[in-house]
Formats: sequence, C-alpha cells, structure tokens
Amino acid sequence: MRPAAAVPGWLWLLLGTGLAAQLGWQAALGPVRSPDDALPPPPSAQALRLAAFGESEGGARLGMLYLQPFSLRDLDYTRLQGWLGALLELDPRSQYPLFAAARIYAEHPDPARSRAMLEFVYRQFLLDPNRRWPWLAHGALLAKHRLKDLPLARRYAAAIDRHTTASDVPLWARQMEIFILEDMNELDAARVMLGGLLASGRIQDPAEARFLRERLEELEVHLRGKTR
Amino acid sequence: MPSATLARSILLEARRGGLPWLAGASLVVALALAVFLSQVALTERVALQVALVAAVLRACAVFLIAAQAASSTLREIHDKGLELMLSLPLSRATHYLGRLAGFVVCGAGIALLFSLALLFWAAPPRVALWGVSLACEVALVAAAALFFAMTLANLVAAMTATAGLYLLARAMPAIQAITASPLADESWAGWLARQTVDAIALLLPRLDTATRTEWLLYDAPSILGYASALAGLLIYALLLAAAGLADFYRRNV
Repeated sequence: MRPAAAVPGWLWLLLGTGLAAQLGWQAALGPVRSPDDALPPPPSAQALRLAAFGESEGGARLGMLYLQPFSLRDLDYTRLQGWLGALLELDPRSQYPLFAAARIYAEHPDPARSRAMLEFVYRQFLLDPNRRWPWLAHGALLAKHRLKDLPLARRYAAAIDRHTTASDVPLWARQMEIFILEDMNELDAARVMLGGLLASGRIQDPAEARFLRERLEELEVHLRGKTR
Repeated sequence: MPSATLARSILLEARRGGLPWLAGASLVVALALAVFLSQVALTERVALQVALVAAVLRACAVFLIAAQAASSTLREIHDKGLELMLSLPLSRATHYLGRLAGFVVCGAGIALLFSLALLFWAAPPRVALWGVSLACEVALVAAAALFFAMTLANLVAAMTATAGLYLLARAMPAIQAITASPLADESWAGWLARQTVDAIALLLPRLDTATRTEWLLYDAPSILGYASALAGLLIYALLLAAAGLADFYRRNV
C-alpha cells in the first residue's frame, strides 16, 4: 500500500464533500416513516408468504414489529385487523398478533375500536380455541371491567367454556361464565352451571372443589333469601 | 484417491480465501440483528430470536457457498488451471465430482457452525434435524452454483442464475397458492398461467419443505416428512451434478 499522502489533496476534498453531502441530504430528508403515517392496506397472507420467501415464522414476527410503531391515535382498525389476520395466517401458532390485539389494540380508550378488536380476537379464538383462549379470557375481562358490558363478557366466557377441549386449559378460565352470571344477578343460571361443573367431575383439585362448593352454597342461600 | 485430493484442495482454498471468517461474520450479524429486534418485541422474544437467526443463517449459508463455488470454479477456468488439471490422467467425472465434494464438505462445515449457534435456543435433537437439512440444502446450492459456473463461465451470470433458481424455488409454493386462489382469473389465460406455474414447479426443488424454522420453534417434523424433504434435496442435487457433468464431458477444453 502506498502512503495516504500519495492521494491528491483534491481527492481528499472530494471525499470529505461527498460524505458531508450524503449526511446532510439524509438528515434533511428526515425519518423514512413517522408513527402518524396511515397504515397501508393489508396484504394477503399469500403475498406475505411470498415476500418472506417461505420463512413464515420470521416473517410473521417481523410483520408485528412493523405494525407496532404506528400511532394508536388515528389507526384504521379495519386495516389493522386485516394485517393481524394475515400475520396470524402466516404463522397460526404465533401468539404475538393476538397478544397485541387483546393487550394493546383492544385497550384503546374508544369503546367502538375496543369492541371491534375484541370481536377480532373472538373470531380468531374460534379457529384454534385450545391455543388462543388466554386472549379471549383477557377480552372477557376487558368487556366486563372496562366496557362494563356484562353480556359481551359472558359471551366470551361461554365461548371459552364451550370450545376449549385441551386438558391444560385452567378451570378458572372455564368458570368465568359462572362468576359473570353472578355479576349479572343471573343467580339461578350461575347456580345451575356451578352445580353442573361440580357434578361433571372435571375438578380434580380438592381445594378448588371445596371453594366452588362453598360458592354454590352461598348462591343457594342467596337465592332462598330472594324467594322468601 | 484423486477425488479426495481435489476436494481437499477446494477446502484449503476456502480456508485461505477467508470463508471461515465470512461464516463467523454472518453469525455475528445474525445474532446482533436478533438481539436488536428482540429488544423492540413485546412478546415472544425468544421465538423472534430463533426465527430470525435461523432465517438469516440459512440465507447466509446459501449465499456463502454459492459465491465460493462460483468464484472458485471461474477463477480456475480463467487462470487455465482447469486445463492443467485435465491434462492429468484423471477422468472428467473425477474432476467434477471431486470439486463438488469439496464444496459439499464446505457447506456441511458452515451448517455445523450455524447449528451450534442455534443450540442456545433450541433442543439439540431439533437443531440436529435443522442442521442436517441445511447441509443438504447447501449441497444442492453448491451443485447449482458449480453447474452454472461451468456452463455460463461468467461470475455475474452464474451467481444470478443460482440466486434466481434458489429464490424461485423458495417462493414457488406461495406463487402456486396465489394462482390457485378462488378469486383467480377463470379465463383461458388464467388457466394457462396456472398450468405454466405448475409446470415450472415440477422443475424446481421443494425448498419449502426443508430446513424449516418451525422445527426449531414448535414441533419436530415427522420421520416420513423429514425423509421426504431430504430425499427431494438430494435428488435435485444429483440431477444438477449429472447435468453439469454431461455438459463438462461435451466441452472442448
């Protein structure tokens, strides 16, 4: 290698000017994307699969990282559902899209958007209940405590009870409907459901069975008090 | 054994040409990318890291071996080294297959290195399945790069053809799914497009069934599915080797 001094001065100047021009140009252009940009229309899952060259698992998660920075303020929820649905189709076993749907997008202060996203979670839950129940359970809690919509919460809780079949689905998730019925003052229905659950033999844990029996007794006492 | 000597010279050239350093650099880049992106993930951080590292390393292994095979073969042709080798009392099959064996061993070494990195995240049996599949996939790419380098005798053309074949094979299932969509054009032109795509697919390897990230993330493949994926790769590598050899035998050097 020849020493740096072998390079003519004008070439160093040109190099420095070129670098400064590049940095200045990029700085003047600003960021490529702003959080306030509109979410583009969702691609189909097939198009995403094509773009990922078959790397569905990585593509689905990168897609979620792409969606995350969009500001919630003016986000088009119809498009967002399309994106989340396509990413779920790309990797149906990924929990990321439903995590974001239930824990971020459904917690939007606007009740209409929140409901729309909860319905999306519900529809996706029906496609794979044993894997996706946690997100609908969260949806039921959101419907109950944030939206104060007990019939909606009951609908989600009932779906978890009816559609899940895996043994690893905890009983608290299947019992949610009973407690929502109590909150709705539908004590008779709650009593029937609780009695049915205890009689079914599905509850193996003695402490849990005792707790539910006590709850059933309380309900019966409450109902007797109402009928007098 | 002359083939083994040729294969050894290919390995020596790869080592001296810095292939191990490039493989190491690929590993560092893949790990850095995974660590960076997992910092912005809200959930499934480990799954994101595994998915990205596996995808990036797979692409790096394929690119490195394609570039190594094409550039090494073309340098040999342009430096008249190939003519010198052919003056030795060895058959052309020995030359070609010895060279290919060298690249296949190079690819297997890269696949082993990349698989070891994935042991941080996934169970050894699954990583082993993924690694063996990657070694077979890279062997196929080496056979393709050698074939194109020998027949096209131009680095840009050989790399473009190898990349085109590989990317088309990776994308083909998605292209077929798009053309078979219920919303697809029902006219004769649409029908012709679908038949053409299906015909092209018959000429390509099923890379979508091999080296799958889901083996690392979710379930290991069934024995039948795994064996079928590897058999597909090996059949195609054999086809490429036979095609390259046929062309090499016909060539006037």
